[in-house]
Amino acid sequence: MRLLTLTEAKLLMREPLALFWGLAFPMVLLAVMGLSTATIGGLPLAAVYEPIVIAFISVVFGVQGLPVHVASYREGRILRRLATTPAGPVRVIGAQLAVSLTVVLAATAGVLAVGRLGFAVPLPRQPAGFAFATVLAATAMLGLGLLIAALAPNARSAGAAGTVLFFPLMYFAGLWTPQLSPTARHIGEFTPLGAATQALREAMAGAWPHPMPLIVLGACTLACSATAARLFRWE
Amino acid sequence: MTAIEVERLRKRYGAKVAVDDVSFTVAEGEIFGLLGRNGAGKSSTVDCIAGLRVPDQGRIRVAGLDPRRDQRELRHLLGVQLQESALPAKLTVAEAMRLFASFYRSPADIAGLLDMLDLTEKRNTRYRGLSGGQKQRLSIALALIGRPRIAILDELTTGLDPVARRDTWAFVEDIRNQGVTIMLVTHFMTEAERLCDRVAILDHGRLAAIGTPAQLARPTLEDTFVALTAGRP
Repeated sequence: MRLLTLTEAKLLMREPLALFWGLAFPMVLLAVMGLSTATIGGLPLAAVYEPIVIAFISVVFGVQGLPVHVASYREGRILRRLATTPAGPVRVIGAQLAVSLTVVLAATAGVLAVGRLGFAVPLPRQPAGFAFATVLAATAMLGLGLLIAALAPNARSAGAAGTVLFFPLMYFAGLWTPQLSPTARHIGEFTPLGAATQALREAMAGAWPHPMPLIVLGACTLACSATAARLFRWE
Repeated sequence: MTAIEVERLRKRYGAKVAVDDVSFTVAEGEIFGLLGRNGAGKSSTVDCIAGLRVPDQGRIRVAGLDPRRDQRELRHLLGVQLQESALPAKLTVAEAMRLFASFYRSPADIAGLLDMLDLTEKRNTRYRGLSGGQKQRLSIALALIGRPRIAILDELTTGLDPVARRDTWAFVEDIRNQGVTIMLVTHFMTEAERLCDRVAILDHGRLAAIGTPAQLARPTLEDTFVALTAGRP
């Protein structure tokens, strides 16, 4: 299992495009926001965007990267090949999840560092709550990614599904309009990334996140992964 | 001692019967050929033996194990080379060998296996950079990395040039001489004649003939094969 995980990590390091969108682009995006002098609700733009950018990271690896990767393993009959070895096909998916989660956390740390060092955005005042919300946001998106991988007939359609889902997910996270209308915000609280940004924002400000967004993220994680496990097509 | 026992195997997909009442046994140390046209039921039979599919009826034993019930143990004893199965495009030959070796209790020596299959020079090449023949040889190496007692080689020499094909044949005889039982799935009659101790010919999911290549040569194995399987598409 260790070598399998290391191998998956190596393979991800050989995907420059995925690393750009998932690791480098979020930091660049935050830096661009940080250069602006605008404020929203009395907060500088970099501080407003930090939770949004962290939500973005989990979408890139969870909803866009993971399903294409898993679907391509099925398409190339790699899952089937592994089914004939003592390792079995489930472990390689476990390894991919472990690698994705690790990279999401590393990218999140990178974004926090850019915000703190470049633009004096304070580190989260409730670090444990922040870490918890980050992990839950990541598992929710990885769960959704698994569900896409379970249902998509091939890597292309998995990629298309990930791209289509990106827009509503990130709309409610506030990527395009950080200040959503009250109605949109209310709906957004019940979408995974609306909930994620809300929880992250609360933890940044110093409070333990409200239970509701955490419940939304936990429910998304469980419902998606359980459905994916039931419906998964191995070939 | 019997390596593989297949008794009255039936497998259907919806209304289509892929394997219909097929029985045969493979003795330990034998090279056994499974012949048939495309769609004759070879791959379905192999899938059931490898535990990848559940038979609708019949009984299968591989080294005395039930492929479904004793799956864990079977995966250590049975090496499988599947047709059209790829590897991650950016994985190198050596990485793939090390990874697959890590799955088994007592893997074969990687350098030795690469050497035997003439892949040593390519050890740092990524999978997508390999030629068809090199990919094929790598997939044979991966099927043997766990030092299996039984190996199933599906479409072993498809895509290989004549020289590489002959090298591969010599290699298959080598591993048999080391005591490995081999089930060869093929539609090359020369390959079956040259390598196999016995062959079974499948036609439309049914066992059409079984015996040594010499017994089935009327006057050649290929004539027999065509006579038994031509006609209905």
